[in-house]
Amino acid sequence: MGATAAVLERHLVMYRRLWRGSVFSSFVLPVLFLAGIGLGVGGYVGEIGGVGYLAWITPGVLASTAFQTAIGESTYSVMGDFKWVRSYHAMYAAPVRVGEMVAGRLVYILLRVVVAAAVFLGVTALFGALRSPWAPLSLAVVALVGLAAAAPVTAFAATVEHDSYFALLFRFVMIPSALFSGVFFPVEQLPGPARVLACLSPLWHGVELSRAATLGVFPAWPVWAHVACLLVWAAAGTAWAVSAFGRRLRD
Amino acid sequence: MQSLIHARGLVKRFGDFTAVDGIDLDVAPGEAFGFLGPNGAGKSSTMRMIGCVSMPSSGELRIFGMDPVRDGVRIRGRLGVCPQLDNLDPDLTVRENLTTYARYFGLSRAEARLRADELLDFAQLRDRAASQVEPLSGGMKRRLTIARAMVGDPALVLLDEPTTGLDPQARHLLWERLFQLRRRGVTLVLTTHYMDEAEQLCDRLVVMDGGRIVAEGSPRSLIAAHCTPEVVELRFAEEGDHAGKLAGVGRAEALPDRVLLYVDDGDDAVAEVHRRGLAPSGVLVRRSTLEDVFLQLTGRTLVE
Repeated sequence: MGATAAVLERHLVMYRRLWRGSVFSSFVLPVLFLAGIGLGVGGYVGEIGGVGYLAWITPGVLASTAFQTAIGESTYSVMGDFKWVRSYHAMYAAPVRVGEMVAGRLVYILLRVVVAAAVFLGVTALFGALRSPWAPLSLAVVALVGLAAAAPVTAFAATVEHDSYFALLFRFVMIPSALFSGVFFPVEQLPGPARVLACLSPLWHGVELSRAATLGVFPAWPVWAHVACLLVWAAAGTAWAVSAFGRRLRD
Repeated sequence: MQSLIHARGLVKRFGDFTAVDGIDLDVAPGEAFGFLGPNGAGKSSTMRMIGCVSMPSSGELRIFGMDPVRDGVRIRGRLGVCPQLDNLDPDLTVRENLTTYARYFGLSRAEARLRADELLDFAQLRDRAASQVEPLSGGMKRRLTIARAMVGDPALVLLDEPTTGLDPQARHLLWERLFQLRRRGVTLVLTTHYMDEAEQLCDRLVVMDGGRIVAEGSPRSLIAAHCTPEVVELRFAEEGDHAGKLAGVGRAEALPDRVLLYVDDGDDAVAEVHRRGLAPSGVLVRRSTLEDVFLQLTGRTLVE
């Protein structure tokens, strides 16, 4: 696993150069969302499940930000590292295994997601939106959501030749997931088939667990079942990514 | 001594297309070995198999005595690869490109910094160390790529068309750097379609065409075996069958703009040309080069 750390380090060195561009989407935007929807819309909504709307959507926005950051960071940059920069080809000429490239990249995304979530959690604590001593556990949830989203998207990005696929991914997968996975309203509101789709999305499982942590309530399914669903996404996505990287680099 | 690269009947197929069609190779430690050939001859496919990123379809291949299919990572740890397309990280600085790459080879951060310093000197890029890669000239990027290939202190360096697209100054500086590596005992394996590059850098080379090795030897011995010592280039003001009147003088090859005469002694041949009443408007007597051998062996048809 030696080269995993080296791959992670390369991504961190790159990020040190490029971080300014991500500050708004990682740190500012989620807080604006919370303020705009939590306070603004929340003023009309009243309470859900015995808590104010702001406190209710906070864990959802937390998980959703992780989900969207993980997807966004796993699209253009993965394809670019194959197609334009060819940095994976450079790694593969050095003694780096395909599994180490994938692992180094996923750990980098985890760090990004968890650091952004920790800042967000601090801000929401000031809003008084955290109602349970379990709240810090939501960082572990967010890490799992990040992995469950980043792994399959990384694999997908390693297989495509054109970036227009990403626009489709954002429009038909990421945005619907963010809207209908229980972030802004309970999935019970959705018609039957849409609820099934929501249950397939890793984001819904993340939102349920995250909400359980910050509000100290029970999630919809047993905790282990939500965790298992996220782990399946993460494991299957990672396996797919390793195979996609290998096919792209070897002939 | 054990050969660093050993291949017998090496084949690479892509579907129906056979890129490398059963080649035998042995490269000894300290050698500078070249693959020469037109585009599509199978040079790069062979290099990719040696670099352990492409799996042989059949035949035997051993690098450092190891099997690239099983020991790819261990072999790659002792190789330096300079690919045809630069794959530097454009957003990183020159120095960061070296240090991040050194970490892939298991160097500690402190070792990586020291190594980067040495290699910045080697590549004559020290004053650009803090500059990003993107604005560098083509020659600087190539030197950086070669320096980066050296971070793991490789026993064998693979260079795929190292000077393609560079201006003459940049090429000469690069050759000089590669010559430095040779003097340190590093084994170089390179592909090129520049004859002067092969003559400058290679102790021994093979000419590939259509996936096969069609000739092998030192640059001098290839010229001796496949060409005459001298070539006379004749240009004529008026059109006509000039080559036909040169029978017996030497092998004559008529090109659209000139006639090439392959002979042992160029001055004797020129005298004979004049004796036969031919009046060329331009005469050039020169020594044969690898280019003559190359064109002789692989033909003049344009490969695109």
